[in-house]
Amino acid sequence: MSNEAVLQTNVEGAVAHGVHHDDEHHEQHHHHETFISKYVFSMDHKMIAKQFLITGMVWAVLGGLMSVLFRLQLGYPDAHFTFLEDILGKFWVQDGKITPQAYYALVTTHGTVLVFFVLTAGLSGTFANFLIPLQVGARDMASPFMNMLSYWFFFLASVIMLSSIFVETGPFSGGWTAYPPLSALRGASPGSGTGMDLWIIAMALFVVSSLLGGLNYIATILNMRTKGMSMTRLPLTIWALFFTAVLGVLSFPVLLSGFILLIFDRNFGTSFYLSDIFVQGSGPGTGILPNEGGNAILFQHLFWFLGHPEVYIILLPAMGMVSEILSVNSRKPIFGYMAMVGSLFAIAILAFLVWAHHMFVTGLNPFLGSIFVLLTLLIAVPSAIKVFNWLTTLWRGNIRFTPAMMFAIGFVSLFISGGLTGIWLGNSALDIHLHDTYFVIAHFHIVMGVASMFGMFAGIYHWYPKMYGRYLNNTLGYMHFWITMIGAYLIFWPMHYEGLAGMPRRYYDYSIWESFKQFGGLNQFISTVALIVFATQLLFLFNFFYSIWKGRKVTSKNPYNSNTLEWTTPINPGHGNWVGEIPEVHRWAYDYAKDGKEFVPQNVPIDPNESSHH
Amino acid sequence: MSTFFTIAVIVLVFLIIFQIAKASEYVAVLKGEEKSRKENNKVNGFFMITFLIIGLIGVYWCNELFFGKTLLAHDSASVQGEKVDSMLKLTVVITGIVFVLTQVALFWFAYRFQEKENAKPFFFPHNNTMEIIWTVIPAIALTFLVVIGLRNWFSFTSEAPSNAIQVEVTGQQFGWIFRYAGKDKTFGKKYYKYIDGTNSLGLLWKDSASLNLKDDPAAHDDIVTTQTMYAVKGRPCKLIIGSKDVIHDVGLSAFRLKMDAVPGTPTTLWFTPKYTTKEMKDITGNPDYEYEISCDQMCGNGHFGMRGVIKVVSQPEYDVWLSGLTSAYSAAFPAPATTVPASAVDSTKKMAAMVSKTVKGALAKQ
Repeated sequence: MSNEAVLQTNVEGAVAHGVHHDDEHHEQHHHHETFISKYVFSMDHKMIAKQFLITGMVWAVLGGLMSVLFRLQLGYPDAHFTFLEDILGKFWVQDGKITPQAYYALVTTHGTVLVFFVLTAGLSGTFANFLIPLQVGARDMASPFMNMLSYWFFFLASVIMLSSIFVETGPFSGGWTAYPPLSALRGASPGSGTGMDLWIIAMALFVVSSLLGGLNYIATILNMRTKGMSMTRLPLTIWALFFTAVLGVLSFPVLLSGFILLIFDRNFGTSFYLSDIFVQGSGPGTGILPNEGGNAILFQHLFWFLGHPEVYIILLPAMGMVSEILSVNSRKPIFGYMAMVGSLFAIAILAFLVWAHHMFVTGLNPFLGSIFVLLTLLIAVPSAIKVFNWLTTLWRGNIRFTPAMMFAIGFVSLFISGGLTGIWLGNSALDIHLHDTYFVIAHFHIVMGVASMFGMFAGIYHWYPKMYGRYLNNTLGYMHFWITMIGAYLIFWPMHYEGLAGMPRRYYDYSIWESFKQFGGLNQFISTVALIVFATQLLFLFNFFYSIWKGRKVTSKNPYNSNTLEWTTPINPGHGNWVGEIPEVHRWAYDYAKDGKEFVPQNVPIDPNESSHH
Repeated sequence: MSTFFTIAVIVLVFLIIFQIAKASEYVAVLKGEEKSRKENNKVNGFFMITFLIIGLIGVYWCNELFFGKTLLAHDSASVQGEKVDSMLKLTVVITGIVFVLTQVALFWFAYRFQEKENAKPFFFPHNNTMEIIWTVIPAIALTFLVVIGLRNWFSFTSEAPSNAIQVEVTGQQFGWIFRYAGKDKTFGKKYYKYIDGTNSLGLLWKDSASLNLKDDPAAHDDIVTTQTMYAVKGRPCKLIIGSKDVIHDVGLSAFRLKMDAVPGTPTTLWFTPKYTTKEMKDITGNPDYEYEISCDQMCGNGHFGMRGVIKVVSQPEYDVWLSGLTSAYSAAFPAPATTVPASAVDSTKKMAAMVSKTVKGALAKQ
C-alpha cells in the first residue's frame, strides 16, 4: 500500500511538472512557428485534424443545405419559392420551383459530399489524425509531411468539387454512384458534361488524399506505439481507426481504377462500360454511338468493391469512439474487449465480400447472388455482438450523461434500428422488391448517415476539450442531441412505409403516379422536420466556433477521469504532444471500477495486489 | 416583407436559445459544476426513458397511420409477390422482437444506471457464456432467414414456364418500348445501328452490306408498342429486358419485383399476375388504379416521369387486343392499299407473311 502511495505521488508529480513547463515548452521548441506553418501548412497531426474537421463541417453545412433544398421540392411540389430564384439564379430555380436538373444535381452532390467529404474525410480524417498519435503515445504521425499532403489533396478535391457547382451545364447529376452509361455519356444528361469531368477529378484527388492518410494511420499504429502499448492494450478507437485505414487502403485503389476506365470511356473512345447505345436527341454525343462490347455492370462491381467497404470506413470510426465514450461515461470497462476487436476484424473482412448485394437486380447470376446473400447476412453476427456488448457496458454502470455520452447512446439506438433493416435488404428475395425504394433511403440514412454523424458528434463533444482547451456549452449540446435524435427518427422512420409502398428514390415529383402519390402529406411533414433539424445543426456550429474562443476553460488535464493517454498531455499540447518523456503504458485502457478504484490510467504501473490485469 | 420577418424571428429564436444556454452555464458555475452536472444527469436520464416510451408509442402510431398506404394493405398482385409478402412478415416479426428488446434494454439501462451518489459500477470486463449465446442465437435466426430467402430467390430467378407470354421491354430516356414476337412466336434479330426514326428498336428489316447483316424475316411480324403492355391473368409473363441508352429499371411494385434494363446486356424477369387491372381497381378501391412500371434506376433528368402501364386482362381479351395490332414493319412501310387491303394484313398469318415479302421485295428493288 505504501508502494501505491509512492506511485500516485509520482504520477501527481509528473502532472505538476508537465503543467509547470507548458509555457516554457514553446520557447524550448527548436523551430519557430509562423502563421503559415502553424495554421495552414501545418504538420502537427492535431492541427491537420482540425483542418479536416472544419473543412468537413463546411461540407456538412453545404450538403445539408442541399438536402433541405431538394426536400423543399419533395415536400412542397406545388409551392413557389420566388425568393430562392433571387438567391440561386435561373439555372437552379425557375418560377420559384427547383428545376429537375437542379434537383438531381442536388441529390447527387448531397450524396457524394456527405459520404466522402463529410463522413470519410471529416470523420475518420479528423479523428484518426487527432487520436492515433495521442492514444498510442506518439509525438506525431509516421510521416507528418504525407499527412499534410493528405489534407491538401482533400482541400484541392473540395475546391474542384465546389467549382463544379458553378459550371454552365451544372454539376454532375447522375447519382453519387455515378453509374455509366449515364455518367459516361455527355449527350445523356447535361450534368454528365463538364460537371462530371470536375466530379471525377475531384474524386480521384480525394482517393489520393485518402490513401496518403490511410497509409500513415496504419504505419503509425503499427510502428509508433509507446513502450508497453501492445496491440491488445490499444483503446478500441484505435482498433476501429486501424481497420478503417486498412479498408480504405485496399479498396480505394479499386474505385480509382474504375474511375480511370470511366475517364477513358468518356474522353478517349474506349468501350469498357459502353455497348449498343443510341442516345436520343440532337447535339453532340447523341445518336448511334460506335462503342460495342463493353459492360455497364463492370463499373458497378468496381464501384461497390469500394462502395461497400466505404460504409464501414464511415461506420467503424464511429463504433470505435462510441465504445470508448460509453465505457468512460459508464465508469465501467467496455464489455468483451477481445470480442469487440474480433467483431471489428470480422466486419472488416466481410466488408470486402458483400459488395454485390447492391446489385441483386442487375441480372447477376442467381448463384452468385446467393453467395452474397449468405455473406451479407453473416455481417449481422459481429454487428449483433457489438450491440449486445455495448448494452452490457451500460448495464450496472454509473452513467454520466455528457453530451458525448448522449450521442453515443443515440448511435447505438440508430445502429440497431438501421442495422435490422439491413437484414431485410440483404436477403435478395426481399431486395428485389425493396431495392431503390425509400426503404433503402431509410435504411442507409439511419445506419450509416445519421448513426455515423452521431458518432462524429459524440467524438467532437468528447474530445473538444483536448482540441481547444475549452468546453462546448452543455445546454446547447443537450438541445442539439434531443432535437437531432427525435428529428432523425421522425424523418427516416416513416420512410420505411413509403418504401413498402414501392415508392422509388430519386424522383423529382410523384404526382403522376397512381401508386406513390398518397404520401404527399407525409413528405411535407418530413421536409418540415428536416428543416428544423438542419437549423439545429447551425446551433451546434455556433456552439463550436463560439466555444473555441469563449468556451469555459478546461482546468484539469483529465476532465473525464479517463484512462487513455491523450489525457496525460498538457491541457493545450504543443507539437510533440508530451513535455519530456512519452508515458509508458502498463495496462489496457479500460480499468474502470477495478478493485474499488474509480479509474486507473494506462500509464499507472501494475500494483502487485491487483486482482488481474490485461 | 414576410421573408424578412421570418428571418428576423429565426434569428431572435437563436439568440434566445443562446442566451439561455449561456445563462445556464453561469448558473452552473455559481451552483458548483458538480451539482449542476448531477441535476442535468437526472433530467437527461428521465428524458431517456421518456424517449423510449413515446418512441414505442410513436412506432405503433406510425404503423396505424401508414400501413394502409403500403402495398401490404392488400394482397400481392402476383404469385411471386405472395412469397415476398410472407417473407416480409416473418422478417418483421424476427427483427421487430430484436428491435423492441434491444431498444428497451438500451434506454432502460441508461435510465436505471444513471449516476447515483453511492453507486458502485460493476467491473465486468467479459463473460464467455453470454458472448457465445448472443453469437449463436443471431446466427441461427439468420440461417433460418437465409434458407427461406434463397428458396424464394432461386424460384424467382428460375427459368420461366414454357406457357409464358414473352414480352421484350426496352427502356429509353424516358419511356418504355414493348415488343411481342408476332405470329411466328419468334423475336426477330435486332442491332442498335439499325435504329432510326421508323425503327425504334433497330430490327433487322433489311440487308446491310456495311454492317454485314442479313434481313431477318422473323423481325417483320414483330409488334412494337410504347408505354402500355398487356399481360394475362394467371398466365406467367416473361420480360426480356434491355435498354437503348443508359441503365433503367423495370420496377413492378404491385408484383413485388424489379429488374435492371442494361444497354448491351439483356436481363429477364418473370411473374404470374393474379388479378386483372379491373379486379385490382376494386381491391384497392381506386377507380384510377393501374399497374405501373416505374423506372427504379436513376436515368437522367426525366427519370421521375418514366412511367409505363401494364394492363392485366383475361386470355380472350388479350387475344382480341393482340389481333388488333399491326406489325411494326407494316406500320412503317404500309403496303399500297390497292394490292392488299389493310384489314387483311391483320386477319391472317399467311397474308401478313405475304405482305412482308412483297414489301421486302420492293425494298430490295430500291
